[in-house]
Amino acid sequence: MANVIQPSRIEEIKPPVVHVGAIGWLKTNLFNNWFNSVLTVVTILFLLKTVPPFIRWAFIDSVWNTPSQACRHATGACWSIIPHNYRFIIFGFFPYNLQWRPLLAMIILFVLLFFSQNRKHWKKSLAYSWIAGLFIMWLLLKGGLFGLASVDSTQWGGLLLTLLLSVFGLTAAYPLGVVLALGRQSKLPTVKMLSIVYIEAIRGVPLISLLFMASIIFPLFLPEGVTINKILRAQIAIILFTAAYIAEVVRGGLQAMVRGQYEAAESLGLNYYQTMRLIILPQALKIVIPPTVSILISAFKDTSLVVIIALYDLLKTTQTVLSDPRWMGYSREAYIFVSIIYFLGCFSMSNYSRKLEKELSRGD
Amino acid sequence: MDKEPSAAAGQDLPDELIIEIIDMHKWFGDFHVLQGINLTVHKQERIVICGPSGSGKSTLIRCINRLEEHQRGHIIVDGIELTNNIKNIEKIRMEVGMVFQHFNLFPHLSIVENLTLGPIWVRKTAKKQAEETAMYYLEKVHIAEQAKKYPGQLSGGQQQRVAIARSLCMNPKVMLFDEPTSALDPEMIKEVLDVMIELAQEGMTMIVVTHEMGFAKSVAHRVLFMDSGQIVEGNTPEAFFENPQHDRTKLFLSQILH
Repeated sequence: MANVIQPSRIEEIKPPVVHVGAIGWLKTNLFNNWFNSVLTVVTILFLLKTVPPFIRWAFIDSVWNTPSQACRHATGACWSIIPHNYRFIIFGFFPYNLQWRPLLAMIILFVLLFFSQNRKHWKKSLAYSWIAGLFIMWLLLKGGLFGLASVDSTQWGGLLLTLLLSVFGLTAAYPLGVVLALGRQSKLPTVKMLSIVYIEAIRGVPLISLLFMASIIFPLFLPEGVTINKILRAQIAIILFTAAYIAEVVRGGLQAMVRGQYEAAESLGLNYYQTMRLIILPQALKIVIPPTVSILISAFKDTSLVVIIALYDLLKTTQTVLSDPRWMGYSREAYIFVSIIYFLGCFSMSNYSRKLEKELSRGD
Repeated sequence: MDKEPSAAAGQDLPDELIIEIIDMHKWFGDFHVLQGINLTVHKQERIVICGPSGSGKSTLIRCINRLEEHQRGHIIVDGIELTNNIKNIEKIRMEVGMVFQHFNLFPHLSIVENLTLGPIWVRKTAKKQAEETAMYYLEKVHIAEQAKKYPGQLSGGQQQRVAIARSLCMNPKVMLFDEPTSALDPEMIKEVLDVMIELAQEGMTMIVVTHEMGFAKSVAHRVLFMDSGQIVEGNTPEAFFENPQHDRTKLFLSQILH
């Protein structure tokens, strides 16, 4: 009986101490060997060299809301470029006194996006709100009804255009990509071939050439007198392009599904569409959330390529401001401002995707 | 095999047939996996199929609900012949429940959602009624308290009992079991077999591929022995275990009964 350990003894044993305060943390994480110590010192020196000057430039020596002449005397950043030009950067050539309309449209869009991010709200009522919201937004932007002055879509630009192209581009590309992925796995040879040809053809050309085709070559084939809105053409090019990439990512998710899931669904008597919708896609799409979001984020940034077909998106309106002689030379400030806007868009997408992943992984 | 194994214990069973398999062949590529299977199953009959691995026993029961396609011969289930007609296949699958070796529960759905999925989408049952049925069968497999959990949170034995309940919710006429205890830890085998025995006592028609010979002895009307794609021998459990006819059967039994 000598080998029997008393239960009370076991409870007394505590786990070994791992952390001992801030100094202990420094020792184990930053100075645990000579190589890490050197790296730590070099990093600290680098930060000392760069961060204080940047802070001085950006916040201490900077001017915030002055006429452009005052900027010439400032040694720091000239943030004045933003308050003096933000309305052009955000709304482009939209008639100045009507800019409350795109503002309201963007607010409606943000409210709808905000409500849609909570899965508890995914009901019929949300779908109706989107339909109503889209109609109101279109009305606000286009005008011509209910006494609103008509605005030609060639005057849409800035952040407004970037948001339109990306939000509708991404929401349309995703389902199309899923359908293409299913098509590529199809047992019907025609459907399979068409999907493969489509995906490989689109992935084989750069987005820029698609945009060129949409804006220059495509109109040549239209009968005389028929024109299709240039923004719509760019939008379609973005959707077609992004969908091909999403299709390949989704295919990866579909291939990760084990055969047993299909068999269990089939042996219950579910048909193909029910099996896909209820069993396979919810699991496969969940697996590929991280790569899907990468594609969506890069598609969001790629919308800036529409400058090459002379659409004034966020980046182009900013460049236009910089070509104004009064504000020439303040590109750093302007581009920092634009990067913050792009960053907020990308970061909220990646944040949301992590939240969604967490919610969906309840069962694991 | 041209002569079908006799249903010696079948006298007390209804005359009605639920499954009829006539001279059925199947190939995987060049491999002749099922070589002329003849089998009739009466309503309420319980059949255990055993045999060495690769003998085609899983393939045989997977042909019955068309998870595998046979290439020659006929399979008639509940009066409907299995052909490429997808409507007929779906009709048969509604009536034939299947339990898999690896459970195959849907990991993204809760236990109760796993059970109501089939009734709601295939049988078009109202959600509330489907949930009541689900709870009834969860009760039956002694696992009602886990209804709100997800499959990944349950042990193997519990998952397999949920899988049985999921099939029962469709109110099937036949239940197929494909090595239901082979993937389980030893201490969980009994809880699953107990549920299957209860099911047998209620008169469910069952075809079970298993190596659990104790189960075969206590519930089967007939035990079939398969080897190399053929049903070599079929008899009542008593006759099968006491007095096997074929050398291959004797060899197999000597290997698994120690």
